[in-house]
Amino acid sequence: MATIDKQTTSEIVAEHNARPELLVQILQTIIGRFGWLPEETIRQLADELNLSRADVHGVVQYYHDFRTEEPGRHIIKICQAEACQAMGSNALTEYAKKTLAMSFHDTENDITLEPVYCLGNCACAPAVMVDGKTIGRVDEQRFNALLENLRGAD
Amino acid sequence: MARTRIYVPRETAAVSMGADEVALEVARLAKKNSIDVELIRNGSWGASWLEPLLEVEVDGTRIAYGNVEASDVEGLFRADLVNGGEHPRRLGPTTEIDYLISQDRWTFWRCGLVNPLSLDDFLAHNGFKALLQAFADGQESVLTAVADSGLRGRGGAGFPTGIKWRTVADAPGEQKYIACNADEGDSGTFSDRLLMEGDPLGLIESMTIAGFAVGASKGYIYLRSEYPLAHSVLTRAIDTARGAGWLGGNIQDSGFDFDIELHLGAGSYVCGEETAMLESLEGKKGIVRYKPPLPALEGLFGKPTIVNNVVSLASVPNIIKLGAERYAGMGVNRSKGTLAFQLAGNIKRGGMVEKAFGVTLRELIEEYGGGTASGRPVKAVQVGGPLGAYIPTQQLDVVMDYEAFMEIGAMIGHGGIVVFDDTANMAELARFAMEFCAIESCGKCTPCRIGSTRGAEVIDKLIAGEKRDENYDLLVDLCDTMEGASLCAMGGMTPYPVRSVLKYFAEDFASSAEG
Repeated sequence: MATIDKQTTSEIVAEHNARPELLVQILQTIIGRFGWLPEETIRQLADELNLSRADVHGVVQYYHDFRTEEPGRHIIKICQAEACQAMGSNALTEYAKKTLAMSFHDTENDITLEPVYCLGNCACAPAVMVDGKTIGRVDEQRFNALLENLRGAD
Repeated sequence: MARTRIYVPRETAAVSMGADEVALEVARLAKKNSIDVELIRNGSWGASWLEPLLEVEVDGTRIAYGNVEASDVEGLFRADLVNGGEHPRRLGPTTEIDYLISQDRWTFWRCGLVNPLSLDDFLAHNGFKALLQAFADGQESVLTAVADSGLRGRGGAGFPTGIKWRTVADAPGEQKYIACNADEGDSGTFSDRLLMEGDPLGLIESMTIAGFAVGASKGYIYLRSEYPLAHSVLTRAIDTARGAGWLGGNIQDSGFDFDIELHLGAGSYVCGEETAMLESLEGKKGIVRYKPPLPALEGLFGKPTIVNNVVSLASVPNIIKLGAERYAGMGVNRSKGTLAFQLAGNIKRGGMVEKAFGVTLRELIEEYGGGTASGRPVKAVQVGGPLGAYIPTQQLDVVMDYEAFMEIGAMIGHGGIVVFDDTANMAELARFAMEFCAIESCGKCTPCRIGSTRGAEVIDKLIAGEKRDENYDLLVDLCDTMEGASLCAMGGMTPYPVRSVLKYFAEDFASSAEG
């Protein structure tokens, strides 16, 4: 993923009319485009929205989506919630961690692995989200195919 | 030859099983073979187990083909798909699929049927008729209809919608808001998503009716970020409605102004709690507020606000069009109308089943769901999301009714039904309930913030067989504290699944220790 620059941050703030009550939406826009929030961006947002740095930090730390470390080019989220557990997501998670030699929240070889609590695909469990796309009925074989696809795309 | 209409859903479950690839293949092969095809990306009918469900329209009848893969498409065309030809994937006319026709489709009747992004299609299927009727009949008539229908909040709490609307309508103040809660975070639930992806204009109409009824000129949809496809569909639908004068100032010359802003959540489960959601809509941390004041009196930015779930809102247009009596005529006791039950987890025929209250849990799981996907016996069923009790098989004949569920220490919630087979370790699931609460607690109140972490620790000790009696008592005591002293349902109801495991599946603690 790229890193947001100062000018783009200002542009995103302007798109939201510098409304401080849109802080969550502004942060989500940045995450959607760049994947993470550098410290300088948090400071700049506080200045431009006329909020205290503590306020912005508090919001950033509160929400799971707001990463403060640069993720890999690909983000794999494995659902951990009950419906997926009923279909073997715990074993799938272990398999994914072993195959990638990673733990949750790690980034290696341009892949970030994260847990997610429900993708709303509970009738086609277990579910995995790869780069924003939800995939259903993921078993080990399908997981391997997903990884192949990611590697092929690079 | 006439143009052939082919439907391939653009809905998360269908897409997660390859619907986009199927649609591409249909387009590619139609072009290659010079077959004149109009490809429509509809919403899903809700039979997720059949997705991708492709349909072809033949002489006005839609013929369905289930579980279609991209590699099937060539064979389908060769089998005379355009005339509904025979093929192993062929299911027959969509309107004859038992799973669908035996439902009581009140709220979801347009899902699957229409192109969600076509205003013409929406208008051709009664779209905005309820809104125009509301304009003609007046606010009082809408408020009365919603109250008389007996509709209760479908987000989980089951509070009477009519009382909420009346409170906001009567509240003093120029500025009022409609806040649609689309933060569908409960595991095993996806009905909000199905509706937003399949009938987004229906939700827009519903929110506008709510705004008209209570005198609110602005609405917000708080959508969870885990639903990117719903976000894209809603964004386009709002633009379409605005562009055609169905949102904005002086809607269709009614003199009524209403517009909708779409907000994304950021991965916090507790933001599905109404006051945490309001905080998040104001751009803050999603920390639960004390009640009172009620959001109906002091809600978003301190103004009177209706906070309603997607399905609650979307049930209203037909209440206006078809009549409150008809809605209230369905269901049992104080649970009137229909609920979108969602069959999930280890189930053969998972999907959404909109049925009148009064159906039993067993009917849903066995007759609709067809039992477990694994073919093994059912062990437990969690109804109502992560805060719902695990129901043992001896209670499967419980009737779907808010009060009947309360009597057995369970809750219907948002209607999610997650089935587990006999390989499930219930002690681990009890631990997960506490762990999930620890991860998602907003941290404002101590019983939830600390209790959940302590709860997971105590369950670990129980699983390890450490001081069993002492730790059992401690866990029960902790559940009492969390239930009685937490600020919201997060801490207050996390004990439900835990207690149900202690009560009905205690042997799993013992077997964990031995194993």
